[in-house]
Amino acid sequence: MALSSEIDSRDRGGPAQPLLIARELRKHFPVKGARGKSVQAVDGVSFTVRKGETLGIVGESGCGKSTLARLLLHLIIPDTGELVFDGEAVGVADGIAVNTLRRQVQMVFQDSYSSLNPRMPVRDSVAFGPFIQGRKKTEARDIARAILGKVGLDADLFGPRYPHELSGGQKQRVNIARALATDPRMVILDEPVSALDKSVEAQVLNLLRALKRQLNLTYVFISHDLNVVRYISDRVLVMYLGRIVELGPVSEIFERPFHPYTKALLASRPSMDPARRIEEPPIIGDPPNPIDPPSGCRFRTRCPFAEAVCESTAPVLGEWLDMQSHVAACHMQDPASGHSKAGQA
Amino acid sequence: MDGGVELPLVEVSDLNVKFVSREATVHAVNNVSFAAKAGEVLCILGESGSGKSVTLRTLMRLLPRQARVEGGVRVNGKDVLAMRSRELRDLRGGLVSMIFQEPMTALDPVYTIGQQIGETVRRHTGCAHKAARARALELLELVRIPSAERRLDAYPHELSGGLRQRAMIAMALSCNPRLLLADEPTTALDATVQVQVLILLRRLQRELGMGMIFVTHDLGVAAEVADRIAVMYAGRIVETGPVAQVLANPLHPYTAGLLASTVHGQDRDRDIDAIPGSPPDMRRLPHGCSFAPRCPRRTAQCRAEIPEPTFPAPDRMAACFNLSASAG
Repeated sequence: MALSSEIDSRDRGGPAQPLLIARELRKHFPVKGARGKSVQAVDGVSFTVRKGETLGIVGESGCGKSTLARLLLHLIIPDTGELVFDGEAVGVADGIAVNTLRRQVQMVFQDSYSSLNPRMPVRDSVAFGPFIQGRKKTEARDIARAILGKVGLDADLFGPRYPHELSGGQKQRVNIARALATDPRMVILDEPVSALDKSVEAQVLNLLRALKRQLNLTYVFISHDLNVVRYISDRVLVMYLGRIVELGPVSEIFERPFHPYTKALLASRPSMDPARRIEEPPIIGDPPNPIDPPSGCRFRTRCPFAEAVCESTAPVLGEWLDMQSHVAACHMQDPASGHSKAGQA
Repeated sequence: MDGGVELPLVEVSDLNVKFVSREATVHAVNNVSFAAKAGEVLCILGESGSGKSVTLRTLMRLLPRQARVEGGVRVNGKDVLAMRSRELRDLRGGLVSMIFQEPMTALDPVYTIGQQIGETVRRHTGCAHKAARARALELLELVRIPSAERRLDAYPHELSGGLRQRAMIAMALSCNPRLLLADEPTTALDATVQVQVLILLRRLQRELGMGMIFVTHDLGVAAEVADRIAVMYAGRIVETGPVAQVLANPLHPYTAGLLASTVHGQDRDRDIDAIPGSPPDMRRLPHGCSFAPRCPRRTAQCRAEIPEPTFPAPDRMAACFNLSASAG
């Protein structure tokens, strides 16, 4: 089934062609009973995912990271914006169909129980994808057996079981198997380990890394846990209230963060050392309601460096050149913005 | 020990909690003993199903009817398990109060924050409405809720997650409890909000001189708030000690495994040292030590008998036959 070599017969644009390009994705959800108001879940988000990388997406609740994941699979239709998968636009006349996209991009959700059919033995859940895509029933069963083995579950022992007979870690392994059964090129992982105990979380992270190597996969890994994102990602995208605030290689983001929000997020991580406790909160207050986001820079209401320009003008993400680019959407990064600290950082 | 003999604020001895139903008996808490002093923060650390929340709830007798509780639970010298319902009502919210993980479900959605705090104050002090409202305002300011006057008349759904949790803390503190129980109070909060609530709880605990028992699954959170730490696995306490010592030099192989498997700045090129297997089924606990099937140090003895607590160093306890070589 899956191809271990570097050459993938489905590869069209070659290694330099990004696997996925998202351009100006936007999704606003109208609010019932409040005319003209909407939750601005994702508001003009552009980025690329390179073949073979793991792109980590971090942000707090309400920042739009889960909506973004669903937009990438057209599980939610974007209001505006464009998706390009391996050089071909998705869902347009001369591009590829959404169904074709979903064969190559799969998703693993946070809640391992509700994403499996409770009335189906898990081997049937895993076999369902290949079957629906035209494989014979026996073929689909064989694929399910093989892939269950790959995720570390004995197919004879666990295959006939129902989801409620498995532990959280085992269920999440089944979900990973289900996602991989259609032999995708890219997997979107939406908080895949957040509901697991720490000892099991480590097992699943190790498994995800091993599978990525074996099956030549590309990951988009969404998490609120910065330590996990640092461990697993090659590049990191930081979101705040529906917009990208910073994007760069993992070492850059964690060692030289530009944006005050990224800095605050990093400083909010517990130290694991009782001798170095956090004495003062890095920032105060909660993230604002995405129904009525602040004008200009959306972080300005919590930012210690906010000035008039931050209220009047939304900062743009710096120009993105290549995979090593480290960019942030902050007026302090732009010498021409008029912010008193511009260009000093 | 200097400073003379001081009675512990909380004393739990040989606590056993079982949940009996027609299908199975779940041994949620097994022979748990611990003590906590006034003015001390004890963190009970454990994964889901380890019995940490059941242990905490037993201190206030907040357990469903099918729970069978044996053993001793004394808070401030009073035997909680022997209390009648009237005494229990005085205990809850008075001497002992609790904050929960989900403030949205713990607060009543149809009453304002001010009404809910005021009700607690009036129940325990018998004061008038006006005085209760004044006390509620004072409490909202104590937990640093901005524009507290206005928030008194807010319903829970009108507050953000962080403010809601602050309101719940205010309610818990309304009658000056000597003991504050916290059941994963920051788990549902965002990272930047979690750290604010942790700092607030630590400050209030110090200023008010309360004892606090804090249940968490997160080693990082424990490192931020705990004075002492008790690690639970499969309904038993497997290790206790001062937080810095336990984190720097874990004695029990489960504690060591948990530390190694928690992601915090490990080398990105190597696998994480995960604990193999998964926690046991609490309906069918294995013979001997419950951790033995996952333990790198297990011997034949571990499969046969349950290890008794040992005290390898002052103020340290570990229940294991094969303690870490670096002990002492």
